Amino acid sequence: MLPHMDAVYAYARFLSRDPIAAEDLAQDAYLRAFRSFSGYRGGNAKSWLLAIVRTCFLDWTRRRGGHEAEPAWEGDEDPAAAVADGADTPEEALIRAADATALRRAVDGLPEPFRETLVLRELEEMSYREIGDLMNVPLGTIMSRLARARRMLSRMLTASLAGGDD
Amino acid sequence: MAACADKEAMLQALIDGELDAANALAMEAHLGACPACAAEHRAWRALRERLGAVDVAPAAPPALRLRIEEALAREAAALPARREGRPARRWRAWAIGGWSAAGMMAATAATFAILFLQPPPSDLGDQLVADHVRSLIPGHLIDVATSDRHVVKPWFNGRIDFAPPVPELADRGFPLAGGRLDVAAGRVVPVLVYRRRLHVINLFILPAAAKAGEARPSGASAPGYALVHWRQGGLDFWAVSDVGKADLDQFRTEFAARAGS
Repeated sequence: MLPHMDAVYAYARFLSRDPIAAEDLAQDAYLRAFRSFSGYRGGNAKSWLLAIVRTCFLDWTRRRGGHEAEPAWEGDEDPAAAVADGADTPEEALIRAADATALRRAVDGLPEPFRETLVLRELEEMSYREIGDLMNVPLGTIMSRLARARRMLSRMLTASLAGGDD
Repeated sequence: MAACADKEAMLQALIDGELDAANALAMEAHLGACPACAAEHRAWRALRERLGAVDVAPAAPPALRLRIEEALAREAAALPARREGRPARRWRAWAIGGWSAAGMMAATAATFAILFLQPPPSDLGDQLVADHVRSLIPGHLIDVATSDRHVVKPWFNGRIDFAPPVPELADRGFPLAGGRLDVAAGRVVPVLVYRRRLHVINLFILPAAAKAGEARPSGASAPGYALVHWRQGGLDFWAVSDVGKADLDQFRTEFAARAGS
């Protein structure tokens, strides 16, 4: 059991939009965290770990020449698993899994830096101040990025709903 | 109807609970007076609720956890001896602290502590227990899987420079499951894998340490694991398992009796 493993993985997943890379980034981040642990001065451990994930991600992006990965949530959703671990009925579990997938795809469709800001706020549940420290931007910027991210997200979700069975 | 562009950022702060009381009141008042902003506010709230209703953030795959724990164990084992103390121990305390806070302590604690940051093998017994735990990660246990000792024994030929005994013990309740190579005491050593009911016994075999007193006699154990050591025919045998100590002692007796023949 590793501290904040899900948070680390989810952040890496949405930053890279690549399931394989996300695993490598998470591993890289924990190894770096372990090596640089003597530099950890206490405080918010999750922020500290996510900042390391971010550094790993930026290094990774530089290495691969700045090309962004294509969003890919297709096929990695296992409805059976969702049914098995849900407390609700199979039908409800399937609907929830489908909605989770739709939301993931929509979030993945956001361009940076709006995607990262939204993920940190909505999925990682960080405060504006924590996001500001992590991304090194002022609070006003975070607010305007969130507004744009949410507007785009709403539009995408409405469009995918109108688009039929996707 | 258009929402007020200059209120957009403040509206985010309102739904995110980031406004102080005075600003929150001012925004609420504005929403009461401006239907366009109120509609926008409702839509954003709904979106936020929808995002919170399902697990949009994917959980980390279990295999990834294992992979990272393994990588960290290797990393910890590679730390130079003089540095083994503080960073690893501090990290371990921190990692375990975060996790007990999450209310998930206990059962796996021993495994985790050993696998995760037991700093390096100042002690061979500890190292073998860590190797044992690591071997239980799927795909790591056995290189040559067979219950036939006539397959296991030749498999080691050319891979190591001595010939370990491979007795058959199935009729004594310890069926042979196979063998693999592992690293212990800085060298590649053969490991025989036996089973006891649903448990795994890893038997590490090393050429006897030069100094007689170097290896601990027997019976050392880490929490949840039994470790038995004996010396026979110029070889050191270390059996590690989560079976009871009595079972492991019996294993030693049976193995030693047949290894000589």
